[in-house]
Amino acid sequence: MKTMDHPRIRDLAISGTGFVFDPHTGSTFTANETGLEILRALGEGLEAEAIVARLCARFEVDAAEAERDLGEFLLVLRRDELLEAQP
Amino acid sequence: MSFSPTIAVTALNATDNPGPGVGVIRALRADPEFDGRIVGLAYDGLEPGIYTKDLVDDVYLIPYPSQGKDALQARLEQIQAKTPLDVLIPNLDAELPVFADLEGWMREQGIGTFLPSREQLDLRSKANLVELGARAKIATPATRIVSSPDELYQIEDHVEFPLWVKGVYYGARRATNVHEAIAGFHEMASKWGLPVIVQAEVKGDEIDVVALGDGEGGLVGAVPMRKTYLTDKGKGWAGVAIRDQELFDLTERFFAATRWRGPCEVEMVRSPQGLSLLEINPRFPAWCYLSAGAGMNLPAALARLAAGMHVAPMRDYEAGMMFVRIALDQIAPMSEFEAIATHGELHRSREQAP
Repeated sequence: MKTMDHPRIRDLAISGTGFVFDPHTGSTFTANETGLEILRALGEGLEAEAIVARLCARFEVDAAEAERDLGEFLLVLRRDELLEAQP
Repeated sequence: MSFSPTIAVTALNATDNPGPGVGVIRALRADPEFDGRIVGLAYDGLEPGIYTKDLVDDVYLIPYPSQGKDALQARLEQIQAKTPLDVLIPNLDAELPVFADLEGWMREQGIGTFLPSREQLDLRSKANLVELGARAKIATPATRIVSSPDELYQIEDHVEFPLWVKGVYYGARRATNVHEAIAGFHEMASKWGLPVIVQAEVKGDEIDVVALGDGEGGLVGAVPMRKTYLTDKGKGWAGVAIRDQELFDLTERFFAATRWRGPCEVEMVRSPQGLSLLEINPRFPAWCYLSAGAGMNLPAALARLAAGMHVAPMRDYEAGMMFVRIALDQIAPMSEFEAIATHGELHRSREQAP
C-alpha cells in the first residue's frame, strides 16, 4: 500500500467528538465522521485509493460517493493549507 | 528545592490594556518551589495589581521614569532598607532604560536583575527594526522613520497605503491616506515623542512569542501564541499556545543575532509570503502567564537567572493551552488605599511588616 507524509495533518490534535486543533496555527474546526476518518487516514499516510476503500468499508457507500466526499474534503484541507496544493 | 527570594515586580496597571506585572506575579506564584515574597512597585495608588491581596505581599509607590535615575535610586534605597529585595523584574518599556542604568548599583545592593543592555534596547527599538531584521535574517515590513509631518507627503514612495503610524514606545494608528497618516503622526508624537515609525501593513495572522534569552546568544525558552479574540483596541483578550518549527527557528535566530538578555515579546505576522517581524517588546507581555499555564514558566526562569542561578534551556510546553482574560471587580478596604496614598506603601504580612 502506497503512503504519503502530510506533517500538518499528522500533527493535528483530533478529538473523538470531531473537534480538531491545529497546533501550527491555533485554528480549530469540527469535522463529521467522514471527515475524521479521512483525517485519520491522511495522518497514517494513506493515498486516495486506500482512503476510498476505507470509507466504503466503514460507511457502506459506493466508491463514487466516497471519491466525491474525499475530493470535496481535500479541497477544504488545501484551501486551509493543511495539505500541500496540487502541482 | 525551595526558592525563597523577595522579588519586586513593576507594571501593576492591570486595566483593559494591561501591564505585564500581574501576569508575571501569577506565574511566579505558580512555581511550586517559590515561597518567597512579592513586592509590587506601582506608579499610581489605583493600579489594580496593588489590590490583588493573594498575590502581592508589599507595595511601594515609585517615581515615574521621567523623574530620572536619581529619584528612582533614592526610592529603591528606602525600599531596600525596609524590605530587602533579592530580585527586581521591571515590565514596562519606558522604565527599562532607567532600570538598566541602575543595574550595577542594584547589584551592589544585592538586587539581582536580568535585563537587556542599553545597546540591545536601542537595537530592538521600532526605529531600528529593519537593521535588526537584516542582522537576524528575518523579513520586516517596509518601514520609514519620520521626524516631520512633511515627510508623509512622499511616504508612498517608500511605504504603500494602508500603513501603520506607530509611536516610538507604544501605540499605533492605521492610515489609508496622507491626511490620516498626518493625524496619526501628531497623535503619536504628542504622546510618545519623536521619531514616529511608519510601517507597511502586512495582512495575515498575528503571532506573538514570549521568550527569554540567556544573554549569550542562547534561547532559554519560548512559547508562541496566536490571538483568538481582540478588544476594540486590538489587544489580545484570548489566545492559544501554538507550536511551529519555523517560528521557533526565527526566534532562535533573533536571540543568536542580538545575544538578547532577559525576556521579550516577538511580534510577527504570517502572510502568504511567510513570517515578518513587526516588533520586539523588551519585556514580558501581559499574557506571559500562559507560558506557566502551558508548562514553561518563563517568569520563574527569569527570577532564577536574576538570582544568579543556572537555568537549563526549556523546550517542552503544551500547544493548545489557551488564555481567556476576565475583568473582575476587586474589593479592597479603604485602609489599603489610605496606606498607599499617605505613606506610599502597603504591607500585608503583619509579621514581616516594618
